Amino acid sequence: MIRVEGLTKRFADDVAVAGVDLSIASGEFFAILGGSGSGKTTLLRMIAGFERPDRGRILIDGADMTDAPPHRRPVNMMFQSYALFPHMSVARNVEFGLRQESVRGPELRRRTEEALDLVAMRDYAERKPHQLSGGQKQRVALARAIVKRPKVLLLDEPLSALDRKLREQTQLHLIDVQQKTGVTFVVVTHDQDEAMTLASRVAVMNKGRIEQVDAPRALYAQPVNRFVAGFIGATNLLPAEASGEGFLGEGVAGFLVAAAPVAGAGPFWIAIRPENIAISAPNAHLPRSNAENGRVEGLSYHGDHTVYFVRAEGGALLRAARFNAVHAASAFHVGDDVTLAWPPEAITVLRS
Amino acid sequence: MSGRGIFRRSALALGLAFLYAPLALVVVYSFTASKLATVWAGFSTRWYLELASDEALLGAAWLSLKLAFVSASLALALGALAGYALARFPRFFGRPLFAGLVFAPLAMPEIVMAISLLLLFVNLGDFLGWPSQRGFWTLVIAHVSFTLSFVAVIVAGRLADFDRSIEEAALDLGASPLETFFVITLPVIAPALAAGWLLAFSLSLDDVVTSQFVSAPGATPLPVVVLGSVKLGVSPKINALGALAIALVSMATFAAYLWQRRREGNQRSGVNS
Repeated sequence: MIRVEGLTKRFADDVAVAGVDLSIASGEFFAILGGSGSGKTTLLRMIAGFERPDRGRILIDGADMTDAPPHRRPVNMMFQSYALFPHMSVARNVEFGLRQESVRGPELRRRTEEALDLVAMRDYAERKPHQLSGGQKQRVALARAIVKRPKVLLLDEPLSALDRKLREQTQLHLIDVQQKTGVTFVVVTHDQDEAMTLASRVAVMNKGRIEQVDAPRALYAQPVNRFVAGFIGATNLLPAEASGEGFLGEGVAGFLVAAAPVAGAGPFWIAIRPENIAISAPNAHLPRSNAENGRVEGLSYHGDHTVYFVRAEGGALLRAARFNAVHAASAFHVGDDVTLAWPPEAITVLRS
Repeated sequence: MSGRGIFRRSALALGLAFLYAPLALVVVYSFTASKLATVWAGFSTRWYLELASDEALLGAAWLSLKLAFVSASLALALGALAGYALARFPRFFGRPLFAGLVFAPLAMPEIVMAISLLLLFVNLGDFLGWPSQRGFWTLVIAHVSFTLSFVAVIVAGRLADFDRSIEEAALDLGASPLETFFVITLPVIAPALAAGWLLAFSLSLDDVVTSQFVSAPGATPLPVVVLGSVKLGVSPKINALGALAIALVSMATFAAYLWQRRREGNQRSGVNS
């Protein structure tokens, strides 16, 4: 549906987007995830037509749209600020796009009502935007952007203006609308939970480049590099070098042995998710690999789980997390000596 | 009543008296029977009758209204464009100079503007043959040249906190840039345009300094005429004129207040429905 080839955009001396290639399938719910300044919004605005790329091409449904102005693209956008027209009623806002296509009369009314029904805002059709709550504005913005049945709907940080409770509910609503309409959704967000909840595939952006495009599960379990491993969820990251029995990590005494052998020379980095590290009372017979003695230096209680910060004997600070429903939250205290251990499957070997 | 209550009420009374006592005096003395504007000699409406038959004063008032209307409208058009350019184009050739020129009349003493305009008109008349003498259109040009700055400031200020994504949304939904300007941008900044026009109108209406320099015997706006007549001693006719002006402004303000209240009422009932 969307193909982006070698897209590059500079602002003065800053490269906002640096040669991005991307392909998004029809009907997909796709997310572009990145921190501020990663270029994700610029990429979205280039697809919408608000920014002109310096290099590269944008194809939408096979047609080259690189130089088309925004009002000639089969793409609609939901803005971060919602950008409702303040002087028009909810119904007039939603109609706006249809009126531009010269849709009039009963069809105009039918399609407007359909869109308002989709977001459960029909009762509010005569209100002005300033009479709506944040969540209601968001729904009107969605109805307005989808009423034309665009080939692609772009959503710029769609939930960042909502409070946390409402956000979860709205996420499910967005998924529902996407499935009902079958429109390709491309959402830009800095919130990894949002990206993972909403999208079937996520592109992780950093410094104008795409680091990895994958399903949420794969991004978490098989990050391709240190940036993705650190950006998605929490992780323990250790510089390491290959050695006979496995890897020797910086700050840990034991060997690190992965499930599958890794060929080639370093440098390597070893990533281990905190929830894959088991914490237990000190073990006198420590295995030679994938285990470490240390002392609890701090812990943070998160309600459902507790994270232990353990200083390994080699000097590394490792995090181990466990569910409070399974293990008592107060099992270990600051200053306790403990043993950490993890299975070989928990080890991800990164080369960059 | 507590001590604090008394203090508050007297502070309020003093404040109101400070603002309105002079106006009240003008109204009272407009009904004096005396020939002197500051002497009370019994009630009379004769000065209103005299005012009604004073062709010169009424002619000047009509000229002032025409002048204010035309110059405010021109100032609105030019000032809005200047404000738009300054708010929307962060870089263009000569922008600092342009911004300086647009905002200069706000800071410059009006007398300097007035003299420079007079010199301009005299020189233009000498070299181009127009204006052969000063009159209505030199007044219009002079008033536009300083009121447009105020319009530009108001419009630029409104555009500065205008959410650009509203315009982008219109473009995104299929409106051309021109349609977007007329259907979205213009209605949203309309209150600022109205405020700019009203400000320009009232600035023009009571301008004395600039008008004095660029007016001519046949085309003299009201404030200049009033100032001239006051030099010969204030007639209660001027009080009558002042009283009428106060009545007009009060009615306009009251109408605006009613309109505003009705609008707010509508909005509130909209929320509850």
